[in-house]
Amino acid sequence: MPAADIAIKVRGLTKSYGKTEVLTGIDLDVKKGSMLALLGPNGAGKTTTVRILSTLLKFDDGQVTVNGYDVAKDADKVRSVIGLTGQSAAVDELLTGRENLIMMGRLYRLTKESATARAQELLEEFDLVKAAGRPVKTYSGGMRRRLDLAVSLIAAPPIIFLDEPTTGLDPRSRLGMWEIIKKLMRSGTTILLTTQYLEEADQLADQIVVIDGGKVIAKGTAKELKAKVGKDRLELVFGSGKDQKAAVKVLSKDVVETSDKDQSLSLVINDTNKDVRRVLDALADKKVDLQSMAVHKPTLDDVFLSLTGKQKQSDETEESEEA
Amino acid sequence: MAVELVFQKRSKLMSAVTDSLIMIRRSTTHIIRNTDQLLGTFFQPIMFLVLFAAVFGGAIGMSLPPGVKYLDYLMAGIIIQTVAFGSTTTAIAICNDLQKGIIDRFRSLPMSNLAVLNGHVISDLFRNGISTVVMLIAGFIIGFRTHGTSFFDWLAIIGIIALFTVAFSWLAAIVGVIAKSVEAVQWLTFIIIFPLTFASSAFVDPVTMPAGLRSFAVNQPITQVIDAVRALILGTPIGNHGWMAVIWSLGILAVAMPTAVWLFARKSQ
Repeated sequence: MPAADIAIKVRGLTKSYGKTEVLTGIDLDVKKGSMLALLGPNGAGKTTTVRILSTLLKFDDGQVTVNGYDVAKDADKVRSVIGLTGQSAAVDELLTGRENLIMMGRLYRLTKESATARAQELLEEFDLVKAAGRPVKTYSGGMRRRLDLAVSLIAAPPIIFLDEPTTGLDPRSRLGMWEIIKKLMRSGTTILLTTQYLEEADQLADQIVVIDGGKVIAKGTAKELKAKVGKDRLELVFGSGKDQKAAVKVLSKDVVETSDKDQSLSLVINDTNKDVRRVLDALADKKVDLQSMAVHKPTLDDVFLSLTGKQKQSDETEESEEA
Repeated sequence: MAVELVFQKRSKLMSAVTDSLIMIRRSTTHIIRNTDQLLGTFFQPIMFLVLFAAVFGGAIGMSLPPGVKYLDYLMAGIIIQTVAFGSTTTAIAICNDLQKGIIDRFRSLPMSNLAVLNGHVISDLFRNGISTVVMLIAGFIIGFRTHGTSFFDWLAIIGIIALFTVAFSWLAAIVGVIAKSVEAVQWLTFIIIFPLTFASSAFVDPVTMPAGLRSFAVNQPITQVIDAVRALILGTPIGNHGWMAVIWSLGILAVAMPTAVWLFARKSQ
């Protein structure tokens, strides 16, 4: 890619807190007008990366440029071209939604008229007109996130960082947030999104970079990654150990995992429709009673299992997020 | 996007001023919307004034020079004490900001670092101003009178108190930046301010205190500020208390302000 097409460029980025290495050499390229999703579990280094790119955190080694500006040397220039939406809604609780927008607009050095007009536009776009005059502390979680994103957009910066924008939201608010993010992409904004959800990266991003333990372990399009991840799984639960054992016998060659304690088993399926029917028919033939069943899409755990060959160690990684 | 965005070109200095004004407006709005705290701003000073005057007035009044009422003597002390304790609010507001996501937002904006702290300190000056006026009105109602205080004396009183308030708020700002929680702010400011205000000339003449305590009480900044304001209220000679009050306040300001800003900029990097 020619340099002019690159909005964010990271080379050999490292960061440690004392002896704890958080980032051990990250490389990223985000094309202008595209979205890159940084996918990884808690403690992988996603938030640390975003904090460095948005000038909030100093780094040890490497090269980071945002919109052509060196993050280490030109922090103020970087700040004028980025918007940041963090994990905790960074809005003022006692001010109203409109006051928040105008204040942040003024701090981005917009004129009073521009800030006021743009605030109104964003309130309409984010469906916050009715709540615009209420203090933010009365807002719901979804409304806060929307306002938070609106605040990041007040000066229409060409580059936006979205750090886990849907973590903790209910499914409906999450869908609403996705719609807003898609609209933002259509407007030509460059977006770097971090997420723990494969589905979210799949839905939104052009490119996905998977990081774990502070380094990049895979990158590619959603399709390319999914091919590596594996297939859907069908989980069957039985009312008794006898039924479960009978089922294992019936389905023997497809079974990938059994649990005697839960009286359950799981199998890999390729075609949900056809395979589920086949399994149910086979069980009915032998009069095995089924208590419940569920289809599991590949999860982030599966990504890690297939990419690293190990289960993610959630206890350990959560600790390093604290550091 | 339909709205055309117009950006202002500002010099570094102008940015610091404009950003500070924006943040002062924010913090002032906080004070007005935070009703619980606002009630405290009104009632705590009245309560202190009335209780101290009623409880100690009789006993201490006897040791005062003839013709001086305890209420008139007390007023300077109670105002400075209220203002000193009022600085806790600055520390709490700064600590609150630092614990919430909003500080990351401010840091990721092309704004002046000084502005966030400036906003809290200056808005606190307004709040303390309100407390002081409330106290004076309440005082006048229950019989407080000045003794030959001229218009220029009043200007001097306002100036001395305002300067002291700003200096103390910057001192509190340091606590707000360092402290890890609001609870920590509360006890930290308490153990600093409580001895400073009580081991002073706020409520009694330090002459009756034990020798060690007395030499501390006579020489510490709060006594200087109180004695200066008291002299202007009672119409007694101000001596060098006026200058000492100003020099102490400026000295505290000169050390506390850059320290607080430096600590704030360093935090979480």
